[in-house]
Amino acid sequence: MDIMHFLDVVWLARMPILKGLGVTISISFLAICAGTVLGVFVGLALTYGVRPLRWIVRGYTDFIRGTPVLVLVLASYYVLSTVGLDLGPFQAGVLALAVFCSSHVGEIVRGALQSIPRGQTEAAKAIGLTFPQTFAYVLGPQALRQVLPAWVNTAAEMVKASTLLSIIGVAELLLRTQELISRSFMSLEFYFFAGFLYFTINYAIERFGRYVERKTAVPT
Amino acid sequence: MTNNLLEIRDLHKSYGAVEVLKGVDCTMRQGDVVSIIGSSGSGKTTMLRCINMLEEFEGGTISIDGQAIGYEIVNGQRRRKSEREIARQRALTGMAFQQFNLFPHMSAVGNVMLGLVKVKKIGRDEARAVAETWLDRVGLRERAEHYPGQLSGGQQQRVAIARAIAMNPKLMLFDEVTSALDPELVNEVLQVIKNLAQDGMSMLLVTHEMRFAYEVSNRVIFMNQGRIGEEGNPREMFHKPGTERLAEFLKSSTFN
Ligand SMILES: Nc1ncnc2c1ncn2[C@@H]1O[C@H](COP(=O)(O)OP(=O)(O)OP(=O)(O)O)[C@@H](O)[C@H]1O
Ligand SMILES: [Mg+2]
Repeated sequence: MDIMHFLDVVWLARMPILKGLGVTISISFLAICAGTVLGVFVGLALTYGVRPLRWIVRGYTDFIRGTPVLVLVLASYYVLSTVGLDLGPFQAGVLALAVFCSSHVGEIVRGALQSIPRGQTEAAKAIGLTFPQTFAYVLGPQALRQVLPAWVNTAAEMVKASTLLSIIGVAELLLRTQELISRSFMSLEFYFFAGFLYFTINYAIERFGRYVERKTAVPT
Repeated sequence: MTNNLLEIRDLHKSYGAVEVLKGVDCTMRQGDVVSIIGSSGSGKTTMLRCINMLEEFEGGTISIDGQAIGYEIVNGQRRRKSEREIARQRALTGMAFQQFNLFPHMSAVGNVMLGLVKVKKIGRDEARAVAETWLDRVGLRERAEHYPGQLSGGQQQRVAIARAIAMNPKLMLFDEVTSALDPELVNEVLQVIKNLAQDGMSMLLVTHEMRFAYEVSNRVIFMNQGRIGEEGNPREMFHKPGTERLAEFLKSSTFN
């Protein structure tokens, strides 16, 4: 392939690519943030919830995790409207990804919380901390360090899963790329370039995870 | 109302179908140092944990300074107090654990400060000063900024004791605080406890260190199968055990 020619074509197509990239980043960012917040609550419910709540949330996470993301995306877009919740493709897609993300984050958070020795909670209680305080100052910070690597993986999965929104017509990076290919017929080049952009996003997420890990590392 | 610091009446506690405490009575006065001895599984830890509500108990009452711990009677019904109230009551006692249970993500001084700042609502600067004073008292002033992972077992246990004492509890509970330590680290921790005893701290301690119990306490309780088998002053207890059980127990434990 002629590299100069390719760069030329990419440069000419920069606006749709940038727009697509922006949409991909927005989808991923919103889904990861909402999914993480919701996932923390899911994890809390799974770990400390009263039995009925635990069962309900357990059912939710198992069901969501056992469903292909594409099915969630399609269901969110097509099925929710039949029950009166009319979401645009972008909103429906973000909702589906956030829900998917929350079930994974919930499971990660549960694992981290359960791996903290019981003595930590007891020591916190013994100095008179209430449960919310114990969570905020003792359990949460310890869980945070443990969830980071798995959370980075999940976040990267969300970025990849955002491509599925092209199917319901969200003009994210993959859909834009496909449009460009159908006009220029440079499929190898554009797919390669899109792949490079996805890699860059995920690389940034991983660096961010590493950074937080370093910031929160405990001297031993 | 009595002027007893701790008053336990007919304490019953079961794990499922197994009754672990079968009616324990115990009183302590301000300044008392009471050691609990007894064979493994006799319920020593359980008793201590009931006193600060780390365990629920189904029967009997525990009161500290006249305050009923954990439960109250409302319209003739025994009811668990609110979480908030129980948390507040837990601050009446301080507890040191066998496994130290320091918060690994906080420095030594951070461990001691946490309760001061969040429970006692003392400003950070003052809390730091209090924490440093206590770390000094347990001989760890220069280790204030170290993290638990950077401290030896004996040092960690001393920080844990400072963390509990700094809260200014009315009663300190020690549960075999030296049994997870290497032998050469035991003494530094026992010395800290002795100093506290000399300063008049009221304490209830479970221990397997018979000589220590003998030296430090003004009363010894021998637990046997969920009941108090025998109690008295250390001299009588160790030299003239009143029951066959205690005599056997003392024979099987090393008095060193
Ligand atoms: N969480 C629990 N669930 C069920 N049984 C328990 C639990 N904790 C303790 N027990 C049982 O209660 C009994 C008393 O235990 P406890 O820990 O109070 O004994 P102890 O006197 O402290 O013994 P040790 O000297 O070994 O520490 C034991 O038979 C123990 O197996
Ligand atoms: Mg014990």
